[in-house]
Amino acid sequence: MANDYKKITLDGLWDNNPALVQLLGLCPLLAVTGTVVNAMGLGLASTIVLMGSNLSISMFRQFIPESVRLPVFVMIIASFVTCIELLMQAFTYELYTILGIFIPLIVTNCAIMGRADAFAIKNPVGASLLDGAMMGLGFTLVLMVLGGMREILGLGTLFSDMQLLFGPAAESWKIIIVEDYVGFLFAILPPGAFVGMGLLIAVKNIIDKRLEEKRKAPAVPTEPGAETRRVRVTGNIS
Amino acid sequence: MSLIRITSPHAHRPGNTGSVMLTVLMATLPGLAAMTFFFGWGTLIQVLWGSLLAIALEAACVKLRQRPVSFYLTDYSALVTAVLIGLALPPFAPWWVMTVGIIVAIIIAKQLYGGMGSNPFNPAMVAYALLLVSFPIQMTSWAGPFVMNGDGWAVVSLGDTLSAIFGTAGAAVDAHTMATPLDIMRHRGGFTTEEMWVKDALLANGIGAWHAVSAAYFMGGVFLLYKKIFTWHTPVAMLASLTLLATLSFLLMPDQYPDPFFHLTTGATMLGAFFIATDPVTSATSNKGKLWFGAGIGLLVFVIRTWGNYPDAVAFAILLMNLCAPFIDQYTQPRSYGHAKPNRGMK
Repeated sequence: MANDYKKITLDGLWDNNPALVQLLGLCPLLAVTGTVVNAMGLGLASTIVLMGSNLSISMFRQFIPESVRLPVFVMIIASFVTCIELLMQAFTYELYTILGIFIPLIVTNCAIMGRADAFAIKNPVGASLLDGAMMGLGFTLVLMVLGGMREILGLGTLFSDMQLLFGPAAESWKIIIVEDYVGFLFAILPPGAFVGMGLLIAVKNIIDKRLEEKRKAPAVPTEPGAETRRVRVTGNIS
Repeated sequence: MSLIRITSPHAHRPGNTGSVMLTVLMATLPGLAAMTFFFGWGTLIQVLWGSLLAIALEAACVKLRQRPVSFYLTDYSALVTAVLIGLALPPFAPWWVMTVGIIVAIIIAKQLYGGMGSNPFNPAMVAYALLLVSFPIQMTSWAGPFVMNGDGWAVVSLGDTLSAIFGTAGAAVDAHTMATPLDIMRHRGGFTTEEMWVKDALLANGIGAWHAVSAAYFMGGVFLLYKKIFTWHTPVAMLASLTLLATLSFLLMPDQYPDPFFHLTTGATMLGAFFIATDPVTSATSNKGKLWFGAGIGLLVFVIRTWGNYPDAVAFAILLMNLCAPFIDQYTQPRSYGHAKPNRGMK
């Protein structure tokens, strides 16, 4: 069982990361990652919704008929999103106005629907909750890294406006990387998010490839003469 | 008597990418000279600075990708990209604008896609579009042509230009910048085109400089045609479709639309038609395809110039048509020898 939990954690954070591997939930991912605080706000909101929906779907999995499971999922997810929306209106109103339509749109985030259908409906409550938490955390981390990249490139700052999420004390967290930065509009606009996302996925693939090579490193030496043998490439290739 | 038997291709000289690119570089010289003559030292400095960066970055990237460095450097394609960006940028643009442009062109638009020959988009135009979107202020303060200042060549001295580009003393040249004719046309407000010419005396006096620069690019393009670097299809189709649309709209509503001559001789029309749209890597392949490709660019240039947000449209039009090039190729594939029907379209 412990092994299972370890696998769920690794899956969510790295091996099956919703943003980098499953490429789910790209719309909010690309739209709101202009700064770290926006990314974090949306990431945390999605994580809470994901945990809640995974938990309740897993709890009621015996009672959800196969044929109408998708509408049921949407109803459950939508109720959690409504809760989050009201909570954000109450406690982080400014951030709520900045994120705007993307908070209600968490309902349509396919990462959440995907986890409900692929995991929560088939697994016990504990595992589902952990899966929701780890998938959400993996999603949030990618969002924050992308937000950080875009904030540094686009505005020349890091962690600006963190008070929107953590209260007035966080105002001093802002790091100005470059004084009098001209601003790089491309990084703030959606195309910058696409390019940044592409680079992040590339970096993940490089790391995975390195790890794979390291695992394979003590391989059996190839038989002598194997390198010099040629494959016949001429002739009929359909 | 023995006949000399030579199999095809009957080329007199082995062509290679390097010599093609060098010819293209040579053909940009009249344009570069005209730009320097009319707009001061800025363009020359931009081209040199861009070339330095491009060569360094290309070498670094090729090295990183473990490919032969000197082989890829001597195809001079990085140099052509740098020169084209240098010609397209405003002469007094700060050094970091060019730097960002070259980084984007060489690393993102070219090497990340697999280097020379594998890039779907023209690297110079990717860089230009990105810069235009990112740095609107720096990218739209164009140098005023000397003719309208009235005090002869090199209004802004070499030293002032250098400090404007590399230093922080941009103010020294601020007095000598102005909007391009297309920009003025775009933002003329409620005026008719005729009123605009009367109102904007500066433009009316200075327009000759843009005409001359376009003529210089045209000459370079004709030289390339003569050298058979590319076929006539793309540039002719592009200029023809732009002229057709501009003429039609001008005849219908002369108050609202500039005349076709204005479209052809301002902005990057000539540079785009002969030096950028003809890029063999990113344009359509067959002759028929090139006609469609060029006509599409002409249409988009007119549409974006007339109704778009940005004054000039050549970069966006070419990028959009680059995107269509594989599709055009799919549908314009010529019949190959021995086949009754051409193998085109979706199967």
